[in-house]
Amino acid sequence: MQLTVNGVPIDATGSAPSQTLLRFLRTRAGLPGTKEGCASGDCGACTVLLAGPGEAPRAVNSCITLLGSVAGETVVTVEGLAGSEGPGRHPVQAAMVDCHGSQCGFCTPGFVMSLAGLYAADGRGDDAIREAIAGNLCRCTGYRPILEAGRRMYDYPPAPVVPECGALAAGLNHSGALPAGYHRPRDEAALQRLLREYPKAWLVAGGTDAVLELTQRYAAPDPVLDLSAVAELCTIDDGTDALRLGAAVPYSRLEQLFATLSPPLVAMLERLGSRQIRNRGTLGGNLANGSPIADMPPVLLAWDATVELAGADGGRRSIPVAAFHRGYRDTVLAPGEYVAAVTIPRAALARPHRIFKLSKRFEDDISTVLLAVSMEREGERLGAARVAYGGMAATPLRAAAVEEILTGATLDDATIERACAAATAVFTPIDDVRASAAYRRAMAAALLRRALRELREGVDLDIDAVEALHA
Amino acid sequence: MRKLAAQGPVPPAREGATDPVGRGLPQDSAWRHVAGTAVYVDDMPTYPNQLHVATGRATVARGRLTRLDLSRVRSAPGVVDVVCAADIPGNGDIAPVFDGDPLLADGELLYLGQPVFAVAATSFEAAQQAVTLAEIDCEPLEAIVALTAAVESEYYVLPPHEFCLREPEAALLAAPLSLGGELHMAGQEHFYLEGQVATAEPTEEGGVHVYSSSQHPSEVQKLVAGVLGLPIHAVQAEVRRMGGGFGGKESQAAMPACLAALFAVRTRRPVRHRLPRRDDMVQTGKRHPFWNRYRAGFDEQGRLHGVTMRLAGDCGCSPDLSQGIVDRAMFHADNAYNLQAARIQGVYCRTDKVSNTAFRGFGGPQGLITAEAMLDDVARRVGRDPLDVRLDNLYAEGDLTPYGQPIEESVLPDLMRQLADDCDYRARREAIARFNGENNDVRRGLALTPVKFGISFTAKHLNQAGALVHIYTDGSIHLNHGGTEMGQGLHTKVAQVVARALGVRFERILVSATRTDKVPNTSPTAASSGADMNGMAALNACNRIKRGLVAFAAEHFGCDEGEVVFADDRVGAGGDSLPFEAFIKLAYLARVSLSANGFYRTPVIDFDRDAAWGRPFYYFANGAACSQVRVSALTGEYRVERVDILHDVGDSLNPAIDLGQIEGGFVQGLGWLTTEELAWDDTGRLVSDSPANYKIPTAFDLPEAFNVRLFDRANHAETIYRSKAVGEPPLMLAVSSWCALRDACASFCDYRFNPRLDPPATPERVYWAIEEARAGGDR
Repeated sequence: MQLTVNGVPIDATGSAPSQTLLRFLRTRAGLPGTKEGCASGDCGACTVLLAGPGEAPRAVNSCITLLGSVAGETVVTVEGLAGSEGPGRHPVQAAMVDCHGSQCGFCTPGFVMSLAGLYAADGRGDDAIREAIAGNLCRCTGYRPILEAGRRMYDYPPAPVVPECGALAAGLNHSGALPAGYHRPRDEAALQRLLREYPKAWLVAGGTDAVLELTQRYAAPDPVLDLSAVAELCTIDDGTDALRLGAAVPYSRLEQLFATLSPPLVAMLERLGSRQIRNRGTLGGNLANGSPIADMPPVLLAWDATVELAGADGGRRSIPVAAFHRGYRDTVLAPGEYVAAVTIPRAALARPHRIFKLSKRFEDDISTVLLAVSMEREGERLGAARVAYGGMAATPLRAAAVEEILTGATLDDATIERACAAATAVFTPIDDVRASAAYRRAMAAALLRRALRELREGVDLDIDAVEALHA
Repeated sequence: MRKLAAQGPVPPAREGATDPVGRGLPQDSAWRHVAGTAVYVDDMPTYPNQLHVATGRATVARGRLTRLDLSRVRSAPGVVDVVCAADIPGNGDIAPVFDGDPLLADGELLYLGQPVFAVAATSFEAAQQAVTLAEIDCEPLEAIVALTAAVESEYYVLPPHEFCLREPEAALLAAPLSLGGELHMAGQEHFYLEGQVATAEPTEEGGVHVYSSSQHPSEVQKLVAGVLGLPIHAVQAEVRRMGGGFGGKESQAAMPACLAALFAVRTRRPVRHRLPRRDDMVQTGKRHPFWNRYRAGFDEQGRLHGVTMRLAGDCGCSPDLSQGIVDRAMFHADNAYNLQAARIQGVYCRTDKVSNTAFRGFGGPQGLITAEAMLDDVARRVGRDPLDVRLDNLYAEGDLTPYGQPIEESVLPDLMRQLADDCDYRARREAIARFNGENNDVRRGLALTPVKFGISFTAKHLNQAGALVHIYTDGSIHLNHGGTEMGQGLHTKVAQVVARALGVRFERILVSATRTDKVPNTSPTAASSGADMNGMAALNACNRIKRGLVAFAAEHFGCDEGEVVFADDRVGAGGDSLPFEAFIKLAYLARVSLSANGFYRTPVIDFDRDAAWGRPFYYFANGAACSQVRVSALTGEYRVERVDILHDVGDSLNPAIDLGQIEGGFVQGLGWLTTEELAWDDTGRLVSDSPANYKIPTAFDLPEAFNVRLFDRANHAETIYRSKAVGEPPLMLAVSSWCALRDACASFCDYRFNPRLDPPATPERVYWAIEEARAGGDR
């Protein structure tokens, strides 16, 4: 098991592959500059850059990235970015010092690496900066000087280190077997063979949720079956009738794919986790963990998507996403079965749709309620309507009563109000740490009202669509 | 030493001018922060025989421990030692002021999650896995979790206390108008990015050296010695830096330090105790929730005639620092307003939850926001712009606070008017009225609120500080003082003070880790006092060194002592001068002392708590903020559109650092008042126990336009170079954003009243406030 850390190839064969990359860096690699703030991918203090052969570097949370999953890749930590004061320093580091971007300094390496990832991609502008650091928490500065550093980092002599990291990884031995207990198959045939051999294996793809079992509950799974390198699962098939998305495709690739296909989805994805999470987290994981507050299932429900399941024996079946969730954190996945792909009909994508995510904090927060609405227009009347919610029940769910009211109806005020009343009435959500049941019910209607008014009037009722006020 | 260093390799000056005071120098550690080379406790190398600690926890909120079977824990892989309360050789109570904070539960269980036993194992994971194997039986007793229940059943940690000025009840009766209101406000998790951590190494004398992430190393030293039953001199505590403190490492850092030290002495091995984030959130105290009630009597213009308030703080299961915290809420229940006649009652409630503790503002914010809510309500009642009602009620010089301290310096009338002019308050108020008249889905709100914050520890004995300054023969200077660095830039400010005092360039000075064997018996770095007190102590040390140097210089240059000048990195008299390092070398050869300690105690303060009368504060720090927000009536979502701040830091020691404190404090306060929502279930379990469900602000949440300026006026009090404390006061500037949100909600009832909007004003609570306003309620 080899990887490159800050340009130095390291043979990590003696290290447990199911430890986190963060633990490996801070202990075995002797690089304590990368910090642990939460061990759950929520604070960004552990951010490092990662690149496979020929890939651009991307920011990830090393606290929930397993060492085995980055074998053969290149890791850049804050220590490798440039080093200390003086020549060779990275522009991000210089800008952070000049803008007074650190106070206690503990979150600083994470911000430096997130901004370095942005710098490597030549990302500019306040939206891009905010998006790059949305997954980094700072408790001292109030962020203003860090945003300023993100603007000013291009004013310094260019940096040499980061763009080379993909090339470094090319020199590593990628085919070498991983230590016992950790398997990272390259194709579905190998995956199915391993599933037959280890029916109780612990499956992980991006790990953005699954690895919390290790870091929060101190589980020690054995063996680990890592799906992130299975070629078929990483494939996007951009067909004429449908989009087929491999289950291990990370969100960041979906953001690119849907840039023109669905701006509402991209706007939602920008608030799903953080840049670091979206660089690792996968569509398949979002389905397979069965959460009622996962952000993708309502969208897939509204688009009549199907999910393709495959088994250890090579058998495959396709079912509607609507039939996938069985109960709270419970799905139809049988033992030895995994999510292989999701297919979205092109026709569904072409229908007018709205996706609204409501959360306590705007960025990097779990949804209180998520609504996805998609509908056909047939002149003045509506054709088939799809209305799907997350956060309103034990599973992501379509609101059949609402759809019934809308389908074939004229989208007048009375219809809208009847649909909204039905949306409130049809669910019995729960009180929890994110919201009360009463608020969730009110929001089921409020978000639907907003969606229907926007679709009818072509207006944008978002709070950010308001004109700036000039006194 | 045979030979003096020829030329010290002290870095050259960055700029021409040598006097760094008033310059926006970067923090001394800034480059190490960005390069990842700044060392925090958990970054220190471990030894091959290193042990790691984890704790087993109580499973009920209140009860008795009936059985504790640790046999499976002891035999778990990697476990080296296990302790419970009976194994503590000394005093097992690590409470800071009053008793009541057992290091490990001793029969009685005080909150759900309380440490009951501890394990030392060969790895972090081994320790965490081992504690899950314990068999703990608890006999549950009826627990009081809600503050309202504690108030109603008079479940207290300390007896109630009261300030009284004149005859408030009579004033309320006689006033033309009166109203009452209440505010339930939540606590706040510190969420320092570096969790609680300590490492302990046994010493050859049987003592221990503790590396702690603590705002109060002297307290860590004292408590570790107490737990171990050792004299204080057998324990040293060292703090290089913290990854954030915010009050959360004033008393709460003691637990991991004491457990690590206990295992270190028992096993003779180095021991580290780092709390994983969830343990940190469950096992350490937070900002106090409060339930505050107020009644105000006033005239038709909204001028106050008299006020009564009851401030009930949720102290959790023990007093900890709560006496000072509820007291400080009482000290700030007037904020900047002359209440004329007032009765301010403080109630120190007990709940069966983790003991609440210091958090930036130390109760002040919870008192201050109550005054602001009350002023807004008064303004609605009399139908005036809240800013005018605020201005009309501001203190003037000579007015008396409810605790008897006269107002000596009235900064806020000028400051608030200047801010209102600079940020176009009046024009924007009109524009917002027009906007709100034309829009129903999105509405805007505006508020301009002041902050007046008392500077000094209200516990008088804590207002003392020490420092230690050495000048070496190459002219390099070593500075040590009793304050700790948690990101607030204290080391940089104190080094700036020393550079000016000795007339040398800043780069000569190196500040080292805070250590109890260098400066003893220190106070916590808290109460915004770090630079005020340690700066003065360092100045005192410099002046003591200079006394000998001046005498020597007068002799050397053949002049009067009064003619000797330390400036521009040189020492001289008349036309004659020497470079600093050359002069120091001569002084050394002439056997002049080049080292001194320094001491400072804050003058003037004198407060009699029993009489509730006197002068608790040396001076007041002031500021004001104007916030503009917009809210969505559909969902209750909102944005803070624009914030303008004018803040009084006296003559700033370092404007860049002060700006950082103001901006950072504001956003931290904004988090408390908006998205940070702590939640416990009925059994006393903390539900918001991770950053996945407790949301501090991100970069998106800072105001879309954020203009912060320093109010340019020297401190009237004789502080270090006439600067003012800046750590805590700016947090309370965020109250303007909460008031602006309430203003926006009130637009839905044409400002006839203010709907209920208890902090934190989450989107949900804003939504319900709008609904209440729309319903129009009879109020």
